[in-house]
Amino acid sequence: MPFNQKPHKFNAKINTVTIGSGDKTVTLGGDCTFPFYTFDAPSENSPKVGVEISDMGMEGMSAGISAYYEGATTMAEIAKKAVEMEGADFLVLSLEGGDPNGADKSVDELISVVKEVADAVDFPLVVEGCKNVEKDAELLPKVADVLQGRNVLILSEKEENYKAIGAAAGLAYNQIVGAESAVDINLAKQLNVITTQLGVKPEKIVMNIGSAAAGYGYEYVVSTMDRIKGAALSQNDAMLQMPIITPVSSETYGVKEATASEADMPEWGSQDDRAVGMEVITAAADLAAGSDAVILRHPQSVKTIAKMIKELV
Amino acid sequence: MALNGIQIFKMTPKKNCKECGCPTCMAFSMKVAQGAMDISACPHMSQDALDALSEATAPPMKTIKIGVGENEYTLGGETVLFRHEKTFVSKTRYAVALYTDMSDEEVEAKLAEIPKVDYERIGERMHVELVYVNCGEGADAAKYTALVEKAAGLNRTLVLGCSDPEIAKAALAVCKDSKPVLNGANASNYEAMSAVATEAGVVLGVSGKDLNELYDTVAALEKAGNKNLVLDVTGETVKETFANAVLVRRAAIQDEDRTFGYPSIVNLVKIAKGDKFMQASLASLFTAKYGSIVVMEEMTYAEALALYGLRQNVFTDPQKPMKVEPGIYPINGADENSLVLTTVDFALTYFVVSGELERSGVPCNLTISDAGGLSVLTSWAAGKFSGSTIASFIQEQVEPKVKCRKLVIPGKVAVLKGDIEAKLPGWEVIVGPREAVQLVKFLKDMKA
Repeated sequence: MPFNQKPHKFNAKINTVTIGSGDKTVTLGGDCTFPFYTFDAPSENSPKVGVEISDMGMEGMSAGISAYYEGATTMAEIAKKAVEMEGADFLVLSLEGGDPNGADKSVDELISVVKEVADAVDFPLVVEGCKNVEKDAELLPKVADVLQGRNVLILSEKEENYKAIGAAAGLAYNQIVGAESAVDINLAKQLNVITTQLGVKPEKIVMNIGSAAAGYGYEYVVSTMDRIKGAALSQNDAMLQMPIITPVSSETYGVKEATASEADMPEWGSQDDRAVGMEVITAAADLAAGSDAVILRHPQSVKTIAKMIKELV
Repeated sequence: MALNGIQIFKMTPKKNCKECGCPTCMAFSMKVAQGAMDISACPHMSQDALDALSEATAPPMKTIKIGVGENEYTLGGETVLFRHEKTFVSKTRYAVALYTDMSDEEVEAKLAEIPKVDYERIGERMHVELVYVNCGEGADAAKYTALVEKAAGLNRTLVLGCSDPEIAKAALAVCKDSKPVLNGANASNYEAMSAVATEAGVVLGVSGKDLNELYDTVAALEKAGNKNLVLDVTGETVKETFANAVLVRRAAIQDEDRTFGYPSIVNLVKIAKGDKFMQASLASLFTAKYGSIVVMEEMTYAEALALYGLRQNVFTDPQKPMKVEPGIYPINGADENSLVLTTVDFALTYFVVSGELERSGVPCNLTISDAGGLSVLTSWAAGKFSGSTIASFIQEQVEPKVKCRKLVIPGKVAVLKGDIEAKLPGWEVIVGPREAVQLVKFLKDMKA
């Protein structure tokens, strides 16, 4: 008697959201199964990989990343190299230098970086703010303004500043809104509800439900994503059917396992290998739980995760 | 198939004797159906009814034990597909592979590399628990047994990858007391392999060219009386292997097909040979989705730090928060004169706070009191992180060891400042930031 494979099909699917303009676009979402369950239904659209660069240039980057960008000095040159990375589907520009507790760059200075990068490449573009809610409320609407017509994803609005960022990005300048919440299904849904109440169409929203590096409370990320995908597919919850984008590198390059130098921790071995290990292991777990796109930095990580996705769909 | 309460009730003596502790036989039956009580609690069940019920109320997935002593591990026994539905119970175990076609130098290098990863994280020892010893084509019993003996010298539980019953028998002769897994049964050799495994008293690994063949082989083994199995779900490709791992687990737990109710083996060396970062990514994927034993070519700190951390998280019981040991954690080379900070023993809080403190570069003593594994505000609300608990902890644990008398408390419990100062004479209590991420700036400003 052969194995009786019972089908588990859902009558709902994750929204598709297309980023970019012209012939350089990338589409997130679209699947109607749990991640990589191609035996239930063929994958409509595989998860995507973004390459993150920062307005801070190569400061604090792992050796393998700096080596890849060697010779690139301006942001335009860095951006051009980033989009050539094997496995890259879209470019992510992080404006972390705007953080008032960090380099505290002015909005004008950051906008000139945004323009330089956007002019240098015609790749699908995602722009990340500095994570400070007040500064982002000022900065990200201006980013949405100067990139009109490029159909970029703005990361991200939070509950504290969704009116300023959601309205500017999603309504005034017709970009895509990234909705960021803190690893909780109810908070994620709530932010989607209030963002759509502003008038932003659900098809213009991508969620960042929060992330963590492997080992750092990652169980909350797994369970939140499992529950969101479950509600979106089995209960057809339209307020949780937005595709999920997960910034991986901004978390993994903040933990000692990835950043401690080999001189400090000789028994741990190559720092660059540990940085890649932390990045790919976290990214693979994100994808297994339900991310429709992950954001990475290291060329080895981008290549590996893109290959893994290709082999799974 | 699981029975409902009514079906179980029909088999009870229906005399409401209360000897099981329940007021009526009906109440008892409902509890058994939910899994809250075991059928053996009723002293009046007939043997026929017990046999029928123990089969029907058995867990959907068997719990299989491998290894002995400190190297004993439990595989399987899962009852849910997603951890939020209840909890996962048996951690994924990682094996590093040795092959008969490796050169002596390669084998020695691997044997030297495996013990290097051995550390503790939140009370759990992190090391390579299993060693997979693969018998390649053309290797004879002497060669394979020699490799198995070398591997056994590491004092880890072994998984023998060998599908020749004679060679397997020879290898088991030297290692069966350590309860290895014999992975090598398939549709063509399962009878002989099962006999070898049963004689040695070890778990048998079964594989098939596809899920149908695997299913039939397992059914045949069960019929022959061997239910001490693990299923090698490795396919030709990554895609096939992932599908197998998910389908086997889902059939067992969701569709209650007990034939697939066994733990799994995923051999990444077969599907991603030579690509260590791909193996690391896939190890993560199969930790999340249903690999019980994951075989890799290497486990260095590059893989281990992230992978063991991930596993520790994924296999945490959602109802029991991860806790760190209360005590003093010196950071950035702190000594007895360094600043004292305090927070709760919730593992996530500890990691976030200690990470930010490390980033600040300022030497300081992070002191953790027993707050029931709850976050700052929750434990404060529950009375487990109060002026008295902090003060008595500082007096008993910190004062004898630290000379500094400046204590930083979390900003979220600023209200406790007066209370702690009243209870801790000689201490200056400073209110820290509300969020850990602000600690770097806070400490810099404090120094200035």
